Amino acid sequence: MPKTENEKGIVEIVDGKYKPSGTFHIIEKNQPIFDIDANKLAGVTNPRDMTYIHSYGGEAMFFESLGKGKLIATRCDNDNCEFKGSIYMPFRIYCPDCLRKMTPLNLTEIARKTAKVHSYIITHRSGAFNTLDLPIKFINVEFDNVVTILMSYLVVGEPEIGKRVVPIFRTKNPTYTITDLAFVPEGTLESELPEGFTF
Amino acid sequence: MIKFSDKQLKIPKLMRPVYLATVGMSKFDRAFPETRTEELCIDAFTAAADFVKMTPAELKSYIHTCYYGHFADHFGDQLLGEAVIHDRLGLDPLGNIGVKTGGATGGSAMWEAVKAVASGYSDCTLALGWERMDEVPTDEGNHLISCAADKDWETPLGHIYTGYYAVMAQRYWKIFGKEEESFRRTMAEIAVKNRGYARMNPHAQGPLKITVEDVLNSPIVAYPLRALDCCLMSVGSSCGIVCDEKTAYEITDKPLRIYIAAGSHTLRVADRRDMKIPLLPNESKGQYDDLGKRFPGGDRYPGFSSFLAARMSAYYAYNMSGVVDPSEDLDLVELHDAFTISDIQTYEDIGIRPYGEGRNYIESGDAYIINPNTKKPGKLPSNPSGGLIGCMHAVGATGLMQIAEIGYHIWNRWDEIHEPEAKWKAFNREKPKDWTSLQVKGAKRGLAISHAGVGSHVTCTILMDPNKLIKEE
Repeated sequence: MPKTENEKGIVEIVDGKYKPSGTFHIIEKNQPIFDIDANKLAGVTNPRDMTYIHSYGGEAMFFESLGKGKLIATRCDNDNCEFKGSIYMPFRIYCPDCLRKMTPLNLTEIARKTAKVHSYIITHRSGAFNTLDLPIKFINVEFDNVVTILMSYLVVGEPEIGKRVVPIFRTKNPTYTITDLAFVPEGTLESELPEGFTF
Repeated sequence: MIKFSDKQLKIPKLMRPVYLATVGMSKFDRAFPETRTEELCIDAFTAAADFVKMTPAELKSYIHTCYYGHFADHFGDQLLGEAVIHDRLGLDPLGNIGVKTGGATGGSAMWEAVKAVASGYSDCTLALGWERMDEVPTDEGNHLISCAADKDWETPLGHIYTGYYAVMAQRYWKIFGKEEESFRRTMAEIAVKNRGYARMNPHAQGPLKITVEDVLNSPIVAYPLRALDCCLMSVGSSCGIVCDEKTAYEITDKPLRIYIAAGSHTLRVADRRDMKIPLLPNESKGQYDDLGKRFPGGDRYPGFSSFLAARMSAYYAYNMSGVVDPSEDLDLVELHDAFTISDIQTYEDIGIRPYGEGRNYIESGDAYIINPNTKKPGKLPSNPSGGLIGCMHAVGATGLMQIAEIGYHIWNRWDEIHEPEAKWKAFNREKPKDWTSLQVKGAKRGLAISHAGVGSHVTCTILMDPNKLIKEE
């Protein structure tokens, strides 16, 4: 039974401290497991229903920006770093070489103009708690002048290596998770986008 | 890191020789509804004691510290599971520690156990691993496995690890397999071989007598991977005991020399920067300059098509042990065949074949106990245990099962473990009428690769008959 709005676990930060409210777990009694053939007890079920409280820390701006239609990367600007100028997507807070804080960079236009499928896989299976429609068309996206590749999903058309794609964002009712970012083939019309997504 | 300093490339050194004295393993199965994990661990430990004709209590008296491999606490809903097993094995109050490196957990537990002996801290250590993957329904199991991907950047995308892994297979299939039907069949041959070998192994969970067509007609999991291309999901336990020279010879008159090294790479498969290919001792400078020409798109290293962690573990382990060319210097291997295609990728990462030519290891017949082309013994048989595809993948135990299996061959005691009718009966499994010994005749040196997920951790273990060392210290 899904929780009602009042039952959902909500967390805010007030004065630098977590303030949880609502229901974070529902207690359900365990059940015995019997071996029917041997007519004896073998074990018990242990029901669990939990809600985690997770901090995005220095990556929060990336996830918040998705809901505003922006794809934010980071770049190492440390003059003393051998790899100065490297641009990272996924967003990394610190340069993996010099361990200095990197500079956030709006990659949205570069993504629109240069994103290409590096690899892909279509899966008809998902794990528990999945919120994406099946089948899921996983794509890995490469961008010009970015040293890494991004895992995402394609929501219109079929994936192919080398296919030009453009980012779309869940700007209506964002979930503030990586699922707020998806891709569609270049030339896709706004009317073809899934509910809640915009270019 | 995409460039290495000399200090980082230092060849690891064991401060004194380390020996594998004995090994053991339990039965492996998809589920054990009426067996506790500790019962399986005690089965594995007792098998190790039996192997050196000791009682478990006698064998325990040699152990000084313990290294436990158990990956997924959340599957068993038990934190500090290591403490539970340690207590049930009756090894308190000895020092112990848990090791968790995904699919490489078993190999990593052995890595720690070997270093403890090499350093002189302990003269005898236990590496014991297990996994319990039958305590949640499959879809929740898939979610729990997906938690081994990046929880913010990957897991919310479907909660399905296959999705993050199989993109690598796709890229290798397109670039290096060139989407050829012949390559697809070569992948299938691995599944046929390993499931066929598993038929001779009473411990194995997934024995099958199948054909290439059966593999090609099995359900698609994530194209090009089909159900029979994929490894098993298992429950069970394996262990190994390593010692300094004096203690090893007190336990057995024939211990094996053990070398082991580890490598790593990004958890997020896509988050890899391009770099130069680090070369193994049997490769030469400039060898891969035309790789991108021969395989368009294959010039991005490690890209999605290679496991850098496997390459680095082999680099360290080969140089430690004196192995130059695995095909010439070794007699058999146990590889982490999580998927048929990743098995092929590994042939290249560890230098059995050069990059781009992995398929030839199967097609030449070298990977078989008996080469199907020549009907003579294969040059470097791979996975006679059945591997992860045919024998088991009880994550924390897998790497230790592989080491045990290599050991049985070098000890020339493979038949003793796999043949007895009584064991088949005790495991409630039917021994095939055409049961055949897979003992690699005259085996003196072997290798085991223990590998995590998309390649975040890999260990390379090399076992040698002490009279057949390559490098004298």
